[in-house]
Amino acid sequence: MKRLWPGMLSAAVVLALTLGALAAVALRAESWGAFTPADWAAVRFTLWQAFLSAAISVVLAIPVARALARRRFWGRSVLVTLLGAPFILPAIVAVLGLLAVFGRSGIVNVALGWLGLAPIQIYGLHGVVLAHVFFNLPLATRLILHAWQAVPGEHFRLTATLGFSAADVGRTIERPLLRATLPGAFMVIFVICTTSFAVALTLGGGPRATTVELAIYQAFRFDFDLGKAALLALAQFAICAVAALGLRLQAPQMTSAGLDRVQRRWDANRWFLRSVDGIWVALVAVFLWTPLVMVIVSGLTGITNLPAPVFAAAFRSVCVALASAIMTVSMALALALAIQNIASRFGAGLLEATGYLAIAASPLVIGTGLFLIVFPFADPVALALPLTALVNAVMSLPFALRALTPQVRQVSEVYGNLADNLGLNGWARLRYLYVPRLRRPLGFSAGLAAALSMGDLGVIALFADPEAATLPLQLYRLMAAYRMEDAAGAALLLLVLSMGFFWAFDRGGRMDADV
Amino acid sequence: MLTFDGLQIRLDGFELRAGFSVEPGTRTAVIGPSGSGKSTLLNVIAGFVTPTSGRVLWQGHEITGKDPGARPVSIVFQDNNLFPHMTAFQNVAIGIRPSQRLSLQERARVTDALNQVGLEGMEQRKPGALSGGQQSRVVLARVLVQRRPLVLLDEPFTALGPALRDEMLDLVAELVSGAGATLLMVTHDPADALRIADQTILVAQGIAHPPQPTAALLADPPAVLREYLGR
Repeated sequence: MKRLWPGMLSAAVVLALTLGALAAVALRAESWGAFTPADWAAVRFTLWQAFLSAAISVVLAIPVARALARRRFWGRSVLVTLLGAPFILPAIVAVLGLLAVFGRSGIVNVALGWLGLAPIQIYGLHGVVLAHVFFNLPLATRLILHAWQAVPGEHFRLTATLGFSAADVGRTIERPLLRATLPGAFMVIFVICTTSFAVALTLGGGPRATTVELAIYQAFRFDFDLGKAALLALAQFAICAVAALGLRLQAPQMTSAGLDRVQRRWDANRWFLRSVDGIWVALVAVFLWTPLVMVIVSGLTGITNLPAPVFAAAFRSVCVALASAIMTVSMALALALAIQNIASRFGAGLLEATGYLAIAASPLVIGTGLFLIVFPFADPVALALPLTALVNAVMSLPFALRALTPQVRQVSEVYGNLADNLGLNGWARLRYLYVPRLRRPLGFSAGLAAALSMGDLGVIALFADPEAATLPLQLYRLMAAYRMEDAAGAALLLLVLSMGFFWAFDRGGRMDADV
Repeated sequence: MLTFDGLQIRLDGFELRAGFSVEPGTRTAVIGPSGSGKSTLLNVIAGFVTPTSGRVLWQGHEITGKDPGARPVSIVFQDNNLFPHMTAFQNVAIGIRPSQRLSLQERARVTDALNQVGLEGMEQRKPGALSGGQQSRVVLARVLVQRRPLVLLDEPFTALGPALRDEMLDLVAELVSGAGATLLMVTHDPADALRIADQTILVAQGIAHPPQPTAALLADPPAVLREYLGR
């Protein structure tokens, strides 16, 4: 008999956090009559910026993905790796990098000043959209590139033999491919952008650029109006639910497997197309590299004499990230095994849907709900760090599950009967079959979860205890106090820790993994 | 005449040499152990692989550096010969014109070709609604409308059962003879070679040997082929 309870328990945790928090919020919320014009403005702004961010990311990703799919060039693999970076990059670090490029005294404005042109403004709608495009253009590119590389090589060779031009290939192969891929990519990015908090907190604000998430935070922190916060949380949930149901949502595949392959193409073998591809690749490389380089360069001076509270915060963040990674991996593995082993297909579908629930969940809605649940019994502030770790773990779960489930299925299909026959069950099966065979996706998931948790600025901002901040929160405080040198140093530290975690775990999963 | 002139292909750790001619209008099998370079030889002719040195000539004209589309070649792969989102008619029509904007006369050619391979009335079906054998027939219809003098088949019918495969091989023989085309077919099954090809190129140990009569070659195989055939 295969054990299902660990998976059921994981599903229960996810349900308690998402739907439980929702119930708490719904019970506490004021009536809809309390929804002010400013709240409606926040809803509209949330939808509008998410729409713009998703649309721009997807449209720009098409030529970039096409260039990467059909060109082999020096630095291509570095660029493909770089495309994975923004996803695990702490949002607040990215914002600092973007400020250094597009901010008031950023390099773009300096250049514009030399040319005698008016400076650009990064705060407001376009700043929020710019940051979201920075995060999601690479994601969209990867999703579309995956689709391109799934085209059988024979199809491109066949079109070459038949003398297809680039336009013919576009009509015959690429357009159907994009039609199948773009809606999904758009929806994923749209949903991610409706729940993004740190970007709105740092680049948005004011009556014209407040998202619902930011409004929840403000109702909570500034007015301590729990009824209002709960009402806004309901609105946020409605946005996510509609967006998630509008299209069957799937967690995007985040591993880089296969992205290093280039299909040889004969139709695009013309200097004009080659230059077009080169320009797109160069533009996106500059767009992604410059903010990162700025973070590193400007952080170098600050990192050597960081104030002590930054290190204390870094230590807390490391603990939270490790705890979160352990929880994510355990829950994801338990869920993936339960999905594989449960007898009914309906049950498997239900478990899978539960695991993916968090992709459309908002950390601030969960945070508000948790606060309301914990508040009558204990001091939520004292529980800030454990709750942050738990919420982070659930938020990373969809991506870990996405990496694990296909592999678990494959291992079970190939070795399941053999293991049954050998009586390899329960703990021994986990230890001698699954864990060794799943090292790569497990390492990848742990790295992703640790990095995402390390850089998270969501729940913690709600519960924040001035004495027990995490590193991203500490960094935000330094920024708010205009201590820019310390902030730059802290940002570099955060960047190194996040990327370091991801690298170490991912690498650990690959090393000596006898495939 | 198809000629390999001092042809040499080196791809990390792999090497293949060829220097011989194939008479036009003949049907030739390409046989040899897996990994020996049978498909590579076809890919060089089709223009998907660039040889390290040497030349490929067709009727005395060099085609070594030409784009795949500019060669006198139509090719059938093991899989993925059809676009799943296009109908049988469209999959054949792209053999005449990629844009599929065909004149009335060209449309008739497509229909004729489909009739010739026994697919009357199935023009509007997509590959998913056709059996494996019918899908192969669509591919052959496209080869017909392409009207290229050199037809390359790369283990084309391996997914089909023995009876169906023989049927398809007979159809291929009939079609290429009717069109006066030259056929080169990679296969791992000596029975296929015997059924369709009067001569056979043996590819083994880095060398593609000149064509020999198939029956004689298989009746008295050299050591390397004997080992492969398990005799």
